[in-house]
Amino acid sequence: MYNYVTYIILIPLIGFIVNGLFGKKLNSEKISGLIGSGAVGIAFALSALIFIEMLKGPAEERSHIVTVFKWIAAGTFTVDVAYQVDQLSILMTLIITGVGFLIHVYSIGYMHGDHGFWRFFAYLNLFIFMMLNLVLANNFLLMFLGWEGVGLCSFLLIGFWHDRKFDTGGYKPGATTTADAAKKAFVVNRIGDFGFLIAMFMIFTVFGSLAFEDVFSRAIGLLPRDGSLVFWITLLLFLGATGKSAQIPLFIWLPDAMAGPTPVSALIHAATMVTAGVYMVARCSILFALAPTTMMIVAIVGIATAFFAATMGLVQNDIKKVLAYSTVSQLGYMFLGLGVGGFASGIFHVMTHAFFKALLFLGAGAVIHAMHEEQDIQNMGGLKSKLPITSKTFYIAAIAITGIPPLSGFFSKDEILWKAFTQGSTMFWIVGWITAGLTAFYMFRLVTLTFGGEGRYAHNVHPHEAPKVMTIPLIVLAVLSILGGFVGIPSSLGGSNAIEHWLEPIFQRANVNLPIGHEGSHSTEYLLMSLSVVIAVAGIFFARKIYARKLQTSSTRSASFRGIYKLLWNKYFVDEIYDAVVVRPVVRSSEKLLWKGFDVGVIDGAVNGSAKLTAWISSWLRKIQSGVTQGYALAFVVGIIVILGILVLR
Amino acid sequence: MTSVPLQYYLLLSAILFTIGVIGVLTRRNAIIVFMCIELMLNSVNLTLVAFSAFLGDSTGQILVFFVMAVAAAESAVGLAIVIALFRNKQTVNIDEINILKW
Repeated sequence: MYNYVTYIILIPLIGFIVNGLFGKKLNSEKISGLIGSGAVGIAFALSALIFIEMLKGPAEERSHIVTVFKWIAAGTFTVDVAYQVDQLSILMTLIITGVGFLIHVYSIGYMHGDHGFWRFFAYLNLFIFMMLNLVLANNFLLMFLGWEGVGLCSFLLIGFWHDRKFDTGGYKPGATTTADAAKKAFVVNRIGDFGFLIAMFMIFTVFGSLAFEDVFSRAIGLLPRDGSLVFWITLLLFLGATGKSAQIPLFIWLPDAMAGPTPVSALIHAATMVTAGVYMVARCSILFALAPTTMMIVAIVGIATAFFAATMGLVQNDIKKVLAYSTVSQLGYMFLGLGVGGFASGIFHVMTHAFFKALLFLGAGAVIHAMHEEQDIQNMGGLKSKLPITSKTFYIAAIAITGIPPLSGFFSKDEILWKAFTQGSTMFWIVGWITAGLTAFYMFRLVTLTFGGEGRYAHNVHPHEAPKVMTIPLIVLAVLSILGGFVGIPSSLGGSNAIEHWLEPIFQRANVNLPIGHEGSHSTEYLLMSLSVVIAVAGIFFARKIYARKLQTSSTRSASFRGIYKLLWNKYFVDEIYDAVVVRPVVRSSEKLLWKGFDVGVIDGAVNGSAKLTAWISSWLRKIQSGVTQGYALAFVVGIIVILGILVLR
Repeated sequence: MTSVPLQYYLLLSAILFTIGVIGVLTRRNAIIVFMCIELMLNSVNLTLVAFSAFLGDSTGQILVFFVMAVAAAESAVGLAIVIALFRNKQTVNIDEINILKW
């Protein structure tokens, strides 16, 4: 049964190859869509089978390694293409293939009529293949393959409509295309990948192996706790995670990634790929547990990202941009959970977030579809009656992300906040709590402006509900968003926190190395829970109060908060700061120093100089070629006489 | 058989060769230069034959036949070149034939 994991990975690859090679020839949306979604559907079915098998067996027998073939063998260094099927990776596989399948089905409706239909499905399948490699790999190198692969797919899909204009907001408005957004995502990700690579080299020099089992089982012996070595390894790994999972300082690519088609935003930039960093940190939990300093950095970066992204989300007018900042913010929560040692809570939030964020994005896609490519929420409103299914599911997702019990977001977010309170510091909890309020506010600002009130769109726009192929995935995801949290009901609420127990064997090694936090009492937990519900409700209340009124859009509102509004609208000028501090100096030094200085001066100079030197010497030496044959003969004779003389007289 | 000793042959050969070299270096008439080259070839032939007889080994003589055969062909080509040159430049003075240079 566990060997089926090979097929889980292979089938999306086959889907990619078939659609990639023959999609254009087939020229049939039906067949391309069927192959694309079918491949992921089969993969999901197989992973469900493995999951059921795992449930049946005892906890100790749930981890299996399936070796497919030997990939690299150089001396003592070997890397296998081998897959690790265990509680963590199967959970991720279920999320990826499950949510991925729904998004594939949705895309059949969303991409209908696009001339690159087959190409889109080929890319999506390639993405699923790479992502499965990332989460199922049993060594760092194969994980890195998936890591780079999803980066590539992200690039391809952000730039899917590569000739369209894309407005990045405050920064150089209107001057960029989606291809620029794709390039930005790729370059920023490369910075993170650099950290991952260096960390991998360091791990190899210490352990002599890249297989997870070798590294993690010997980590405690070989890496001194809180030593500088483990600090740097984990910090560099975390740099990789910040790139992929859009954390400070490398979050800037994700909002621009909204240039891609909406299902891509749902699949890659919300539900799955961006959680790769969270997964990687969780997978390497033992290394992080040995480096308390890095853990602290992870938690601080996480909470800072959660807070700042939420504030930036407050003022966005593009429906997808709001969701993008919300994604960055929620990812920040996940890293906060990981950073304080609540690895299971981080993964729990990955799962619930995948459900409701995919739902939000798909809902946004349905709205954009209905509004004929309009994305500005100032030009929407009153869509509740026009799009009944979309609006209902969207409301469910919004309530779930806001953290109103008993929807899924409440349990996972509260678990993280609780861990932050008991194992981290009260400060983390306070910022996280405020962020929860901001989340509620910007989500319901979005919902109210989009669905509530009266329509502000032009009269010639006639919004219509999406076809069934798009609404059914929405309904399924809505059900998951409601029920998804029940796998992690904490004991204080009478639950068993099944997901934490499920993942316990994975984090066992890490957990014993963590500092013991103070046991919070049930009463404290109840208090914190009710506080977060209160702030969430308050956020919803204010958002509705401010934005439900007629024509009360963000532009009129901004007048009263001009300074701070400008700061948020320009996203704290982070893009401008990076541009001034990093991009422009690099471009300038490349031009003045590397190009005109080194390349033209030194390299071209050396090449042209040697040619000139040869020409100059030749201009003198060629005089020997006088054309007087007897001169040559004389030189010949003299030469022979000299040589003979040397030979004789020696 | 008391014959001419080897040294005499070698000396004669050396003298002939030197005359040839000096002729090649100093004369201006292409045909004479050409003849001097033939003289050098034949002086070497003389050396070969002398050694062959002295050592009782026929290899040298065979080599001489080859040299003569090649020299015959070479002289045909050489004379043809000289004729072609004369037709073009109305001279066989090699001082005036120096266009093959920088």
